[in-house]
Amino acid sequence: MSKFRVVHYINQFFAQIGGEEKADIPPEKREGAVGPGLAFNKAFGDEAEVVSTIVCGDSWFNENLEEAKNTILDMIREEKPDIFIAGPAFNAGRYGVACGSITEAVKTELGIPAVTGMYIENPGADMFREKVYIIETKNSAADMRKAAPKMAKLALKLAKGEEVGASAEDDYIPNGIRKNFFEKKRGSQRAVDMLLAKINGKPYTTEYPMPDFDRVDPQPAIKDLSKVTIALVTSGGIVPKGNPDHIESSSATKFGEYDITGVDDLTADGYETAHGGYDPVYANEDADRVVPVDVMREFEREGVIGKLHNKFYSTTGNGTAVASSKKFAEEIAKRLIADEVDAVLLTST
Amino acid sequence: MKLELGYIDIKGIRFDDYNAIEDGVLVVDPDELVKPVLEDELIKSAHFEIATPGESIRITPVKDVIEPRVKVEGPGEIFPGMIAKVDTVGSGRTHVMRGMAVVTAGPIVGFQEGIIDMTGPGADYTPFSQLHNLVLVMEMEDSGASAHEYEKAARMAGLATAVRVGELARELEPDEIEVFETPTIAQSYSDELKDLPRVAYVMMLQSQGLLHDTYVYGVDVKRTLTTMLSATEVMDGAIVSGNCVSACDKNTTYHHLNNPVIQDLFKQHGKTLNFVGTIITNENVYLADKLRSSDWTAKLAGFLSLDAAIVSQEGFGNPDTDLILNCKKLEAQGIKTVIITDEYAGQDGKSQSLADADPAADAVVTGGNANQPIVLPPMDCVIGTLDYVDKIAGGHDGSLRPDGSIEAELQVITGATNEMGFNRLSAR
Repeated sequence: MSKFRVVHYINQFFAQIGGEEKADIPPEKREGAVGPGLAFNKAFGDEAEVVSTIVCGDSWFNENLEEAKNTILDMIREEKPDIFIAGPAFNAGRYGVACGSITEAVKTELGIPAVTGMYIENPGADMFREKVYIIETKNSAADMRKAAPKMAKLALKLAKGEEVGASAEDDYIPNGIRKNFFEKKRGSQRAVDMLLAKINGKPYTTEYPMPDFDRVDPQPAIKDLSKVTIALVTSGGIVPKGNPDHIESSSATKFGEYDITGVDDLTADGYETAHGGYDPVYANEDADRVVPVDVMREFEREGVIGKLHNKFYSTTGNGTAVASSKKFAEEIAKRLIADEVDAVLLTST
Repeated sequence: MKLELGYIDIKGIRFDDYNAIEDGVLVVDPDELVKPVLEDELIKSAHFEIATPGESIRITPVKDVIEPRVKVEGPGEIFPGMIAKVDTVGSGRTHVMRGMAVVTAGPIVGFQEGIIDMTGPGADYTPFSQLHNLVLVMEMEDSGASAHEYEKAARMAGLATAVRVGELARELEPDEIEVFETPTIAQSYSDELKDLPRVAYVMMLQSQGLLHDTYVYGVDVKRTLTTMLSATEVMDGAIVSGNCVSACDKNTTYHHLNNPVIQDLFKQHGKTLNFVGTIITNENVYLADKLRSSDWTAKLAGFLSLDAAIVSQEGFGNPDTDLILNCKKLEAQGIKTVIITDEYAGQDGKSQSLADADPAADAVVTGGNANQPIVLPPMDCVIGTLDYVDKIAGGHDGSLRPDGSIEAELQVITGATNEMGFNRLSAR
């Protein structure tokens, strides 16, 4: 089998042209491996070879972003490579941004497997971690010996169409996609190890950094309830008996819209819950406990509220991804606005 | 408290017309063993089947997995307050039938729903594929009894069967003996221990209601305040499972008996840390309960003068709040805390994994993303029924394909993302 063709991108410093004073050189292409490319050729062994190296000054790239990308993409296209690698940039900020930009462009515009590498605190890491695979390196070029084989390994996997493992397995900076894999030790042992490190002030890496929640500011309070139309929306899984839309008991992929024109009360004969995450007995006995149609009708008759909207919306919140919830909410909100609903009573379980 | 566990290795199970353990093989008379199960008038039919590691067998819906044990020395019997009369267990000697389990299964969807595959890709995710399983398949009488009563009948039948099987190990010579000893407060300040960091295990227990309950010495945990026990009591069945919905991260009774956090803390006890106590706390649905229980967790941790703690969660979503409250309140007292959880990051892995979060939770161990899709190929034999696969948590309309294979989320597999850290599965 012939070797995979690799194009490598590096900056003026790693091409040994010069430091900051040469950061303004425009892109140029050289045949074969240059500088760190030799380490990559070693890491690729018989499987791949750096056929060409593109060198560009960090300042020139960042000051002429579009032109730089286009020029470099043309140079890459000519080589018909199977793999593209950039850097690694370690802790060099502008080099990191250049590596991230060009790697993303190669991936999306040329569809060629592309990998870069940099230190986690390189500004390029935050900018591009969710867009391209970035192998995590240390903060100085002394790490080249270790970084090159990691980048080569992942690039080969991509070129062969093999499944990429979790970030901890394939050494890339977490890209926002949680991926399962089997650790060497069971969880309890990892917890004890992590605890001992934490107690002793030694470094450890949490397996799940806390997420930033998407907070929604509440609307201003309604001054006069007697004039408004209120809709009921629930994540408590209340559905007409038999669950006609087959809403999942956990990890819902859909929501249901149910007409309650003329319905005064959600009876056990007509309604039930599809939700698998709580004791369903009491919701099945009287679904008003989750979607309070009965009380809302009373309020309607007494004039406490203007009107109860004639449809309610329901899904199961149990194990349902935030992305799915967001999608449901956007669609439900659109329909509520179209129906001129003023307010929503959102019930959970 | 000092407890000796004597392990009797079980290498196989077969049916015959007598009960014994012969050369590591459990021999049972299924007709005799099923008789007491059928005495419960709520149980219409029951029978036993055997599932061996590597066989093309799918067990579903699963209610509980229970390791047979018998108390041979010391006060009390296995499953005190549940099967045996109330007496403090956790000292003396207990024989363990290692390598096997009694599994309760049958068509009682709503309170039985896990899947155990004995071979294929699904087997990699459940520890119970590695055990010789004596499966008790039950069907309930359609007598108008409440779901709560059915759940209890199925739960008690499994525990009682495990106790009867465990009795066979009473007189045997164990293949291996392990000794566990928990210190009193005074002993925890002995010369050997006093310089080591004081660590406790905070075990969170499901208590959200039917299908989500746990029992300690027979007490429904949702009616308890946070309390303490000796880790050895857990090994004698002080805690039993009453839940299996979203089976991937519910602790079966087997998990409680073999709690891995307790085992791994014992391994370090007296070496790198001082394992001074086990705190158990519930996961009720009301906010007032959550606040009270987590207050008590922090208070008991304070009484123990802890330096550090490991908190294990059970379940997901609503209990994420309890997990974060416990973690925050421990950390606020300067107690260094590691939490064990699992994730619901969506099938694409792109969503937030937990329903609650706090910067204090800076040391997290994860049992993996339970939303991860998986295809389970058809098996030659199904113990139980596939009728409910589309409805169980983690399944969807069309999960069961015409050829008998199942396309679902990891969530459907019993114990797949266990939050005691029982497995090697993780995510990044």
